[in-house]
Amino acid sequence: MTTEQALKDKSDYKYGFSTPIETESFAKGLSEDTVRAISAKKNEPPFLLEFRLKAYKKWLEMEEPSWGHLKYSPIDYQDITYYSAPKKKQKLESLAEVDPEILRTFERLGVPLDEQMRLTNVAVDVVFDSVSLGTTFNKTLEEAGVVLCPISEAVHKYPELIEKYLGSVVPIGDNFFSALNSAVFSDGSFVYIPKGVRCPIELSTYFRINDKQSGQFERTLIIAEEGSYVSYLEGCTAPAYDNNQLHAAVVELVALDHAEIKYSTVQNWYSGNPETGEGGIYNFVTKRGRCQGFRSKICWTQVEAGAAITWKYPGCILQGDESVGEFYSVALTNGHMQADTGTKMIHLGKNTKSTIVSKGISADVSHNTYRGLVKIAPKAKKSRNYTQCDSMLVGDRCSANTFPYIEVANPSSQVEHEASTSKMNEQQLFYLQSRGLAREDAINMIVNGFCKDVIKELPLEFAAEAQKLLTLKLENSVG
Amino acid sequence: MIEIKNLHAFTEGKAILKGLTLRILPGEIHAIMGPNGAGKSTLAKVLAGDPSYEITDGEIWFKGQNILEMAPEERAHLGLFMSFQYPLEIPGISNFQFLLSCYNAKRKANGDVPVSDEQFQSILDEKMSLVEMRKEFSERSVNEGFSGGEKKRNEILQMAVLDPCLSILDETDSGLDIDAMRIVAQGVNRLMSPEKSLLLITHYQRLLDYIKPNIVHIIVEGKIVMSGGAELALELEDKGYETLLASRKQG
Repeated sequence: MTTEQALKDKSDYKYGFSTPIETESFAKGLSEDTVRAISAKKNEPPFLLEFRLKAYKKWLEMEEPSWGHLKYSPIDYQDITYYSAPKKKQKLESLAEVDPEILRTFERLGVPLDEQMRLTNVAVDVVFDSVSLGTTFNKTLEEAGVVLCPISEAVHKYPELIEKYLGSVVPIGDNFFSALNSAVFSDGSFVYIPKGVRCPIELSTYFRINDKQSGQFERTLIIAEEGSYVSYLEGCTAPAYDNNQLHAAVVELVALDHAEIKYSTVQNWYSGNPETGEGGIYNFVTKRGRCQGFRSKICWTQVEAGAAITWKYPGCILQGDESVGEFYSVALTNGHMQADTGTKMIHLGKNTKSTIVSKGISADVSHNTYRGLVKIAPKAKKSRNYTQCDSMLVGDRCSANTFPYIEVANPSSQVEHEASTSKMNEQQLFYLQSRGLAREDAINMIVNGFCKDVIKELPLEFAAEAQKLLTLKLENSVG
Repeated sequence: MIEIKNLHAFTEGKAILKGLTLRILPGEIHAIMGPNGAGKSTLAKVLAGDPSYEITDGEIWFKGQNILEMAPEERAHLGLFMSFQYPLEIPGISNFQFLLSCYNAKRKANGDVPVSDEQFQSILDEKMSLVEMRKEFSERSVNEGFSGGEKKRNEILQMAVLDPCLSILDETDSGLDIDAMRIVAQGVNRLMSPEKSLLLITHYQRLLDYIKPNIVHIIVEGKIVMSGGAELALELEDKGYETLLASRKQG
């Protein structure tokens, strides 16, 4: 039985969380009152309520985008609960209480034991003292002056920053899903790196308080002041399951002069019933970074291996002169998954540079689409883009499509685009096996060779797990 | 070394091998020749464990073990090597990495400690000079952008690194010019020893001028119909399949 199947069988199962009675959530449906109520519940300052209301009104005027190469049954926006009091997950006594199938997946992925406990919300103080670990971490950040806290907290502690930057990278009316998110966002991360500070540790959602369920409409804002650096990791390789089918998050990054933000994601949301494709997560995410300052840099790296539908285009607005935007991605689809994903690089400033390396792997009957925009504005003198877009087809029933959009309005710029398609099939595996490699190692080798340029950009802790995850996902698809 | 008894193999619903029997002793060099579609390559692939073929009858005993039950990698660890007629490309993985992984996989299977990158570098350097391959090839992605001749030489390099007991060369000479063939043949000869065996599958007599077989077989419609010494290949070249087989029937 696969993990997906095990999870499906226990539709209430959330890593040992038995469904409690929801004491504090709104009735389903979305109206202006709902938005007001959300803001009131969180005790938000007036500017934020205004923000939400504007977004809601804008959303009402918008239509769900249909240009994506995606097919899914219509979402009933009135059939969603837009506010639930943050529920604490019930703590387990030990790993013995966790579904063995999940533990087996962890082992295959090479997830260390303490990480397994954290992910399954085992009461860590029972066996392993992580309280001190958390405390040391917080102390380190405090000493460096780095702020990492939930956005709901930041709204009260740093309202000026929120008012200044929220919606500045992804405007309210940018798209249907970001408008919705802007109206009803629940919570998310707020990160602030002061001038000249190089954040001493890689920030990850590891260190966010993990005993709350993740929200459907997460909102993240990262601000890197002049000369600062931060690396932020989102997600994990373990399969994640959620009752809420629609996920519409928004991530905004702002990098000032000489600042650098590296944002890495590993995503393995439940992708639906392996046979019918039903029940998987819809992941409609808007992620954008603004390289506001001179010589600022934003790098997106991602490994997307889950969700039934993925719609995301992490992009960079290269506003500051000599700023740099990078996008390294592996998107894997199998089963009935559909992905329409890519990036946008908007060159506004002079001598700006962007690099796009996208690796798409499709298997079974899935559909994998890369959609990329490289736009060079008239004043973006001497700007350069390099795009490499490769697809690998596993088996003969899947599909891969590429829709590159290149708009160049400045004659001194340089844009390069390379694309390739290859197949992974039984004969390749046989070739490697006949030289003595076990089947799993053979798949690993072929996939790694294919994704090498992206994997080497991932933070070390993700890289090894990501490689194993990709192999795991493809095992049953070759042939 | 290897004993094949009454082997029947199917692919895509078609019977290719229809009762093939063959025995190769250690130290022997056998050649198999035959018209197109006779089953020469099929034999090579089936011995290596190609999953696209179904074995419906017969046995294959290699070093006293029934290898029909074994996965391709297990057969490789036991000491069987097949040089592909059309070697496959593995983009993004260097020859060095690939060969190192295979080398260590075999060592692990035999209970030996894996070698480090540095240790393997010297091993590889030696093997590469054996098959006269330039050093740059170790950094290139496996077979990617290689010419036909280079791919075949790469196969022999793998053979040198893995040091098998039985090597099956599937039409290694096809697509090679005279010089390339000479180098490949030399490489193969250097790797042979009284404990090792070789099965050459070829269309043309040419290769057999360089790698001298002890026994030559002719395969027609999935079975071995004639066997003889090295001179059989010369006779075949002289007369062609039809005439040779007809005359033998009469004689």
